[in-house]
Amino acid sequence: MIGNYPLHLAILVLLWGYIYTSWALMGRLGLVSFGHGAFMGIGAYTVVMLWNHFGLSPWLGGLAALAFTALVALLIGYPCFRFRIVGHYFALVTLALSEVARLVIVALRDQTGGSLGATPNGALREGATISLGALQFSSKEVWLAVVFAFWLGGLWVWRTVDRSMGRLALQAISEEEEAAASVGIHVTRAKLRITLVSALMTCAGGILYAQYQLYVNPDTVSGIAISLQMVFGVIAGGMFVMLGPTVGAAFTLLLAEGLRLAWGNRFPALDSTIYGLMLVLFIIYMPKGILGAALDALRKR
Amino acid sequence: MEVFDIFLLEAILNGLLLGGLLALLSLGLNLVFGVIDVVWICYAELIMCGMYSVYYLHVQYHWPLALAMLAAIALGALLGLTLHQFVIRPVLRAEPINQLLVTGGVLFFLQAAATLAFGIEFKNLGVTLPSVRLGEMSFSAARLLAFAVALTGMIALYFFLSRTYLGTAIRAISQDRAIMPLMGVSPARIFGITSALGGALAGLAACLLVLQYDVHPAIGLSFGPIVFLICVLGGLGNMLGGFIAAFVFAQFIAVGGFFFHLEWGYVLAFVFFIVVMFWRPQGILGK
Repeated sequence: MIGNYPLHLAILVLLWGYIYTSWALMGRLGLVSFGHGAFMGIGAYTVVMLWNHFGLSPWLGGLAALAFTALVALLIGYPCFRFRIVGHYFALVTLALSEVARLVIVALRDQTGGSLGATPNGALREGATISLGALQFSSKEVWLAVVFAFWLGGLWVWRTVDRSMGRLALQAISEEEEAAASVGIHVTRAKLRITLVSALMTCAGGILYAQYQLYVNPDTVSGIAISLQMVFGVIAGGMFVMLGPTVGAAFTLLLAEGLRLAWGNRFPALDSTIYGLMLVLFIIYMPKGILGAALDALRKR
Repeated sequence: MEVFDIFLLEAILNGLLLGGLLALLSLGLNLVFGVIDVVWICYAELIMCGMYSVYYLHVQYHWPLALAMLAAIALGALLGLTLHQFVIRPVLRAEPINQLLVTGGVLFFLQAAATLAFGIEFKNLGVTLPSVRLGEMSFSAARLLAFAVALTGMIALYFFLSRTYLGTAIRAISQDRAIMPLMGVSPARIFGITSALGGALAGLAACLLVLQYDVHPAIGLSFGPIVFLICVLGGLGNMLGGFIAAFVFAQFIAVGGFFFHLEWGYVLAFVFFIVVMFWRPQGILGK
């Protein structure tokens, strides 16, 4: 048996690795979104709210959350791509989206509990460790298997995208949009498709996060802070290689936990301070991230 | 029932005052973007540093408030210059999105460093300005002062940019980066000066904000996003556009917050922003 703590860490690494991978599907093709916090928040909150207020099983709630996410992604994505909102502007429009999601959750405080967050009603009867209908498992082994499956699924999507014509089209678009359009690439459709995939995967990540933690809070599942966390996790690990986002997730989590074990809680933000400093250095001197730079170094030898 | 609601008028006028403050906040960001073509995502965190310095110098070390504020402005200028020299300069030739992300890293760093150094407690300056009554309406003097200083600052900046040699050089650089070195203007020097000026404006904004709000490490996140959106809405780098957008945004927040809850005012403002972006991606006054 593995202890609970390493299991917990492994689950978090894989779960965030999966979410970061979902973000990087877009990010590596020049679509830097600061709005994925919104998709994660929609996933987490739709499921928990439907369960708490209407007793709707997270399986159905999950479908509703995915449908809602798809709608929002299309509503934002279509005009953005149609009207050529790229680069800085795309980042800032999506940033507005993630703030809208956070503020709506806070403003609906009578239903959502506002900034205090919300807890899904417990469904586990005495002695039971699994409630499949409510998607609540008290056993960490089950969770490890679930997030591992999702993580593998994320990598599979990455590989599929990588080998498709769509990726070539998107790469052409990210380099020179007009040129890509002139050779017959449907720019809006190509971008919209990858955005939809990425948003839906992130939404699923939000659902898993809420069901695993059994607690949701607008600041930890939505808003600009969580969106930035995704972007930076991916940058730290490496945006352009399949396992980069996962390495980023592992690195950030182990850094935080390692420093906490070494110094306890005496320096509460030491890990983020070091992390922030490293991010700045990474972007300046190592824009391919940890894994990207390591692979480059290996190739040179 | 009265035809005109006095409290609605109060909300509108308060929105006007908020607009002045937001306009000042957007000024430094727009100046830097217009000249250097870089968005300082960490701009609100520079303001946070300024707020902390006013707080500590005044409350802890008992400096007179005016002196503490001057020091905060000087610190802002220094931070802006440091940011440019050590963070922006190395990525000036990198992809634009890297420039956006690197200042995002600085945001993360400053926020965490402030938590580490000052703790997460809300710190209050302990200076309360009285509220001014006008008929049945009341306004906070801090807001009136912020509005006046913001207007003065903007006018001063306008004259600096249009009437002095240095200001002309700054405007010239923002129009054509390639040709100005041939005219004997050093871009590196102008970039440095602009960054210091942008930082000083952040320091000035900090002095006004610290009179109204408690300072804490995450305060940047509470108004940073609004400031970027204002700049984008007005057309990045366009100071007049940012000015107008600030007042539009402030009215959404104030009047929306009057009819519904304060968060809904913000939601309305953000949704308005997204919709306008689809209509005019380059901003209301952008080229």
